[in-house]
Amino acid sequence: MSSRLINEYLREDKLPHIWCPGCSHGITMRAIVKAIDNLNIEKNNICIVSGIGCSSRAPGYMDFNTLHTTHGRALAFATGIKMANPKLKVIVITGDGDCAAIGGNHLIHAARRNIDITTIVFNNNIYGMTGGQYSPTTPQGERGTTAPFGNIDKNFNLCNLVKAAGATYTGRSTAYHVNMITKLVEEGIKNKGFSFIETLSICPTYYGRKNKKGNVVDMMNYLKNNSINVKAAEKLSDEQLKDKIIVGELYKTQEPEYTEEYKKIIESFQKER
Amino acid sequence: MMSNHIKLMQGNEACVEGAIAAGMRFFAGYPITPSTEIAEISAQRLPRVGGKFIQMEDEIGSMAAVIGASLTGLKAMTATSGPGFSLKQENIGYAAIAEVPCVIINVQRGGPSTGLPTSPAQGDIMQAKWGTHGDHPVIALSPSSVRETFDLTIKAFNYAEKYRVPVIMLMDEVIGHMREKVEIPNREDLEVIDRKKPTSGLVDYKPYRIEDGELVPPMAEYGGEYRFHVTGLVHDETGFPSNTPKVAESLIKRLIKKIDDNKKDIFLYEEYKLEDAEIALISFGSTARSAKSAVDMARAEGIKVGLFRPITIWPFLDTEIEQLAKKVNKIITVEMNLGQYAIEVERKACKYAHVDKYGKLNGELITPDEILKKIKEV
Ligand SMILES: Cc1ncc(C[n+]2csc(CCOP(=O)(O)OP(=O)(O)O)c2C)c(N)n1
Ligand code: SF4
Repeated sequence: MSSRLINEYLREDKLPHIWCPGCSHGITMRAIVKAIDNLNIEKNNICIVSGIGCSSRAPGYMDFNTLHTTHGRALAFATGIKMANPKLKVIVITGDGDCAAIGGNHLIHAARRNIDITTIVFNNNIYGMTGGQYSPTTPQGERGTTAPFGNIDKNFNLCNLVKAAGATYTGRSTAYHVNMITKLVEEGIKNKGFSFIETLSICPTYYGRKNKKGNVVDMMNYLKNNSINVKAAEKLSDEQLKDKIIVGELYKTQEPEYTEEYKKIIESFQKER
Repeated sequence: MMSNHIKLMQGNEACVEGAIAAGMRFFAGYPITPSTEIAEISAQRLPRVGGKFIQMEDEIGSMAAVIGASLTGLKAMTATSGPGFSLKQENIGYAAIAEVPCVIINVQRGGPSTGLPTSPAQGDIMQAKWGTHGDHPVIALSPSSVRETFDLTIKAFNYAEKYRVPVIMLMDEVIGHMREKVEIPNREDLEVIDRKKPTSGLVDYKPYRIEDGELVPPMAEYGGEYRFHVTGLVHDETGFPSNTPKVAESLIKRLIKKIDDNKKDIFLYEEYKLEDAEIALISFGSTARSAKSAVDMARAEGIKVGLFRPITIWPFLDTEIEQLAKKVNKIITVEMNLGQYAIEVERKACKYAHVDKYGKLNGELITPDEILKKIKEV
């Protein structure tokens, strides 16, 4: 099964990948490919766009139309692509630093437009590629090389952020809940509008080491033991949910999609003639 | 659609009309004086021709969206001024290394920073060349009238498509807002160039493979029959990153060479009364209009002056300036800055002629009288 996915969807000549042993980025990449396979979308009709970071290296291994852009700007490039050719299924792969710090402005505006782009953030709570600096999702009190005394910044709840900005689909999973990533990405791609899937990821090399999170298995176990499905979470109080990772489909609604609205403007002139 | 008709229009409007005539079907921008009309008119015009307009959240995003759109095969443009031009620089570099055709209009205003938002300037000459980091190719053009803005915007698209480079139009506030009568040519009379598409088979397709004797790879589009990877990292002909010094050197050298070797095609300039001139003024954009008047005024007083007007700002008109310097005794550069273009002129001309410069950056136009005074001084 897995070798069929590799044969069909990965650029085998680009492997092995650059990620560290135990990094969960490969798991998430595979889960995305599986979702595309399940949906049976023609490879040429998919365009995967990323920014800069360890996570943003994923598209280089994926055999679709792929675009590795500048740090934080993936969603702005993707917006141009989707606007110019709405037939393309546009998927953005990004990191927590890439999408929520330098790219935060593009993130909220892409969500606000409800443009049909599926964004998957590989959230490892740290800047991996540059060597372990704190990111906008590093929990308060945790350490990074630029937060040697503990991070005093409040961290973002990304799913809430994009929902408030106007996204029509949000979901959260973890590197442990692989099948759930696939399911959420499938639903995200099917949603006609801006979809946002957060996958809590592990960076044993920097986040794990800096914060004494143990080995890779310990970090995976943490994701497993501290996650709670959104359905089960509904019955619990805020106090009980403190420090829990709420996973599953978090939000789903229907709103007019951006490129379809623009198409109506173009069509209004075609009728005029 | 376009008949041979005469219209009174603003430089910014002529820019959009030229762009649409050249085939622009995508515009992304962010409002900024004195370029805003270009976005406004694009928003009006594009959906009427089946094109797309989007107002992005900032200039960084606009430049990114333009590159994304161009990668799907559309001709794409953005327009900005001063601070916005600064913000676009990172992704202009991306377009340069990934060889994505695009046009960037910069209606120059007084700087640095917010500077003089409603006043003309020509202070972005060096930024147009060196604004983004690293050695990279760029083409920059500067129109001097409304009609020329129309023509040059078409040329800007043609160069972008032909050489797969970002092309920058260095307008200024005067040219952008000035109204002149423009005779719009018939569509059939316009030369419009489209990017070359790949013809190689699907199996061994390499997006950056150069055909024998060529310097510019043909370009496929996302959503077409080829599937490919594009990155801002140094890459080989497959489009995938490579760290090897050999690949890095050959890529960057080719990017520079594809422009250098085609200077003949890219060099545009106008000569005015230079045949017997002893003094040559060098001036471009709106300033060249004053310089032209100054030439006539000086000639009326018997001083043999002529004007050399660069239309192509980058690549620098090196051979032409050298020729000019050999012909005249003195050169005076006239520009609305403290001598940016003058640096390049001096470099090429100092062996043969005395180079003097006249510049101004207080937001006021340089008048013919001021130039005449300078001519008499030297
Ligand atoms: C404009 C710019 N600023 C900074 C950098 C350096 N940089 C590269 S990757 C990165 C952070 C990546 O972190 P994240 O997006 O969380 O991805 P990860 O590597 O953790 O997967 C930074 C700051 C850059 N490439 N460009
Ligand atoms: S540094 Fe962290 S995020 Fe980057 S590859 Fe290594 S483990 Fe993964």
